[in-house]
Amino acid sequence: MCLAVPGKVMEVDGDEALIDFGGVTRKANISLVEASEGEYVIVHAGYAIQKLDEKEAKESLDAWEEIMELGSQM
Amino acid sequence: MKSEMDNFKFRNKKTAERIVKKINEADVEMSFMHVCGTHQDTLVRFGLEQMLNEAGITIRQGPGCPVCVTTPREIEEVLVLAREGITITAYGDMINVPGEKSSLSKARREGAKVKVVYSVDDAVKIAKKIAEPVVFMSVGFETTTPSIASMIKKGAPQNFFILPCHRLVPPALKAIMEMGEIKLDGLIEPGHVSTIIGMEPYIPLSKKYGIPQVIAGFEPLDLLMGIYMLIRQVKEGRADVENEYTRVVRREGNPKALQVMYEVFEPVDIQWRGFPTIPGSGLKIREKYIDHDAREEFKDILEPLKEKDFGERKGCLCGEVLRALKEPEDCPLFGKRCTPKNPMGPCMVSREGGCNIRYRFSPHPVGESA
Repeated sequence: MCLAVPGKVMEVDGDEALIDFGGVTRKANISLVEASEGEYVIVHAGYAIQKLDEKEAKESLDAWEEIMELGSQM
Repeated sequence: MKSEMDNFKFRNKKTAERIVKKINEADVEMSFMHVCGTHQDTLVRFGLEQMLNEAGITIRQGPGCPVCVTTPREIEEVLVLAREGITITAYGDMINVPGEKSSLSKARREGAKVKVVYSVDDAVKIAKKIAEPVVFMSVGFETTTPSIASMIKKGAPQNFFILPCHRLVPPALKAIMEMGEIKLDGLIEPGHVSTIIGMEPYIPLSKKYGIPQVIAGFEPLDLLMGIYMLIRQVKEGRADVENEYTRVVRREGNPKALQVMYEVFEPVDIQWRGFPTIPGSGLKIREKYIDHDAREEFKDILEPLKEKDFGERKGCLCGEVLRALKEPEDCPLFGKRCTPKNPMGPCMVSREGGCNIRYRFSPHPVGESA
């Protein structure tokens, strides 16, 4: 039910946008986020519910390494 | 071919092995609960459940499936409307959930106008094509509700009504902590509910009950890391709210979504399947938008249900499964009289239900195939 899928905004037309889900494109409502072309969003039941942070995604794994290093002392 | 989306797929095997090794090294016996069908799906689909069990970690599934926690009364309400000839729209999972005697799919076979939709927008499109009333059975946690609110606020057609069956997650977590039926060392919080509500609503739980919490995403690495973060909190004697799913969840959630949700809806006490009434855990339509409330529009039709009591199907342990007191296999109906093709309770119907997931990924399903 709370499944949400990441996709890239291709075209914006008012509240609607064409989203590329890694090859498959589909329209979604983007009225709950302020997304523009080229940005990534996460879509649930036809609505984008948040923008995805690409930088954060890339940095997450480095941050985890740090957490695990610190955890070695626990 | 490497897709641009790969940056958001957290499935690297080496990283997974490294986290599992760290969990093993922690050498603990702990029990955590999540409240999300999508988490359960990842845990079972990728075999994490067993891997974690071997490392001393038990994961329990709480009431994390909006379809499953919808009460027999709500299902009876929509069935009564369907039998009156009103067009009903609902998500696919919802139509097979058995009420006391029937389900929407059974009603459809008997001639009722029941249509499956993917989103509230699809339901509105149906309403725009016909003059007669269309009712949308509106289930969902905080992840889903803003889309419904947004549609109503924008101005839905006059013949479009929703039957609100929404639930809010934090009050249910509080109820579980208050009931104290199971010993838990930490909570894995649902990533997409948290995408909307942010981190703040969980803080009172950690403060009052001293329970560590981690918001986690849905890829296998997200869950493993979330669990590792919980173990670390317990070992360090902390009870904080941490966020593993930083690529999606912001501290403040999605303020725009929250704003529209609370502009259209207000909290109300509501029962959850398997639970008594949980204060402030439901949502009703505010006076301003009452013209789209099916309970208001069709109150004469629904009136006779008010005094009625609705029970669970005999033998169905859905309530206990939802309270994380029982495993699907503990139910005498599981895989025998109750299968995805012939579900006795909602936990076997919904693809997010604990019984359905366990059945689908079971190596030796009993009886029919999933």
